[in-house]
Amino acid sequence: MWTFIVRRLLQSVIVILGVTLISFISLQMGGDPTYLFVSERASEEEIQMIREALGFDKPLHIQYLTYLWNIAHGDFGNSLSYRQPAMGIVLGALPATIELTIFSMVIAITLAIPFGVFAALYRGRALDGSIMTMAMFGQSIPSFWLGIMMILFFGLYLGWFPISGQVPFLMPLFQGDFATAFGNLPSSLYHLVLPAVAVGFYSLSRNSRLVRSSMLEVLGQDYVRTARSKGISERAVVVNHALRNAWLPVVTMIGLEFGFLLGGVVVIETVFSWPGIGRLVFNAINQRDIPVVQASVIVLSVIFIALNLIVDLIYVRIDPRVKL
Amino acid sequence: MTDTTDTLALAPVKGSNLTRELGRAWRSMLAAKWPLLALLILLVVIFVAIFGPAIAPMDPNRQNIMMRLAAPMAEGPNGSVFLMGSDGLGRDVFSRLLYGARVSLLVGVAAIVVGGTLGVSAGLASGYFGGWVDDVLGRLGDIQLAFPFILLAIMFLVVLGPGLFNLILVLGIGQWVTYHRIVRAQTLSLREKEFVEAARAMGDSTFSIIFRTILPNIIAPLTVIMSFNVASVILAEASLSFLGLGVPPEVPTWGSMLAQSRDQLLANKWWLAIFPGLAIVMTVLSFNIMGDWLRDFLDPRLKERG
Repeated sequence: MWTFIVRRLLQSVIVILGVTLISFISLQMGGDPTYLFVSERASEEEIQMIREALGFDKPLHIQYLTYLWNIAHGDFGNSLSYRQPAMGIVLGALPATIELTIFSMVIAITLAIPFGVFAALYRGRALDGSIMTMAMFGQSIPSFWLGIMMILFFGLYLGWFPISGQVPFLMPLFQGDFATAFGNLPSSLYHLVLPAVAVGFYSLSRNSRLVRSSMLEVLGQDYVRTARSKGISERAVVVNHALRNAWLPVVTMIGLEFGFLLGGVVVIETVFSWPGIGRLVFNAINQRDIPVVQASVIVLSVIFIALNLIVDLIYVRIDPRVKL
Repeated sequence: MTDTTDTLALAPVKGSNLTRELGRAWRSMLAAKWPLLALLILLVVIFVAIFGPAIAPMDPNRQNIMMRLAAPMAEGPNGSVFLMGSDGLGRDVFSRLLYGARVSLLVGVAAIVVGGTLGVSAGLASGYFGGWVDDVLGRLGDIQLAFPFILLAIMFLVVLGPGLFNLILVLGIGQWVTYHRIVRAQTLSLREKEFVEAARAMGDSTFSIIFRTILPNIIAPLTVIMSFNVASVILAEASLSFLGLGVPPEVPTWGSMLAQSRDQLLANKWWLAIFPGLAIVMTVLSFNIMGDWLRDFLDPRLKERG
């Protein structure tokens, strides 16, 4: 067990180093990175001054080590458009992104289990057909287009849901202001519905198919037949015997799922004017604010890697077949 | 999707049965119905991608400030009709949609060619040679999978700048790992098969064994992956174009048309968002359905598992 944890930890550290290396290389790919940090009207002297200030005149390996050292201290330099440390801006936007990601993950997983199970139990019938058709569409619709369509229909036409903005829940919670946090909760969830469905629909579809096929497989296993022959009710067979094993593939996916959802969140936040990292990245892209883009990408990657690590460790606990 | 295709095991290809196989494929398609519709839609999209400029009623970049945001079927200049309305600059949505098919499909296919070539070569090398080659390529793949692809794409495209070539390159590099893993697994098992051993015994060169003996036997599972892959690359292209990291704004793509529709959303100009979105959904859906059908067709054992 401990050797597994240590090995996985080491692996994560290597991957994080890989991420920083890739982001460093991406900076260098366009030639002298100084030009990414100066305005188009800067004079040759100014450019030289900034080059020296940012250390781009030093040898590459020194530059990388300095870069790594600064990142380790959370220093990505100042945002070019806000003139504040990029890291602070990114951390300020993080809670909104986490709220959206978690809520869409809840949708993608909790709904996928009943969908997949019922599709498997009613295999070949109308219910199965409609769930699988929905899943097929769900895997073919760009999340941001789904978002736009939901804004048009549920937001503008029916007027059921707010179409933009966010009511913070995690932010006051982190700051210890529980009264505000829980006072905000209903309105916060109400604002989350449309963007979270838009982000989670693709994953919901994929997971439904996954649960269905693994459920079908499990239902054909000997131990399910044994359980049935013992005269246990069908409900108990499904819930206690089949489901417990059928949802394992979904658990394996949770870590990767999170990364996938993050990708969707980046785009969806722009559609719904959600004040998270995604919209921040979108604006930073348009203003070519490199420090903010880099800080966002690395913060999200580190979260993703850490989560995958945690999921792997949890997996060992819930699946008794995994022996270390 | 990918893990099931790992297990596709196929007999060595025999060229003489080609017509019989095609007949079997056609009957299987007729029986399943949906793949037939998907194939039809894809043929239309390909036709439009090739002949779009000849069909398009107007110049896709011709701005007409007097006729901004015309509703679908509204009258256009010189007695023409805006079939799908006009956008914020008075350009014909229908014509842009037709031109967009070309770019979307080109990006999808080109990225697969780039990613497929890289991934298949890497997979063949990993599987056939093993050892440190396999280790290095495997760890590289692990690192790439360890962080979300879209973040990688954003990071590179922000620095390299948007553009058709950069977009294809980044999307292609994003795909290689999938091909690497599948081809590696297939090569590993094929390497031990009798017909490969026979080729070795007959003194074939390593190059010839890899490309003439092993590669043809991997083509079938590869087509399944490619089909799903084109679908996901088209989706990724749409997302990146939406973020402003795709092709330059004057080049019409379905993704960039959707990006431009966002400004008009509150004004309820629905036609700007619905048509390009439907084009993406129909195309991607067709590729996904084809992928599903191909997988079942090539390995009927998998059909059971849906």
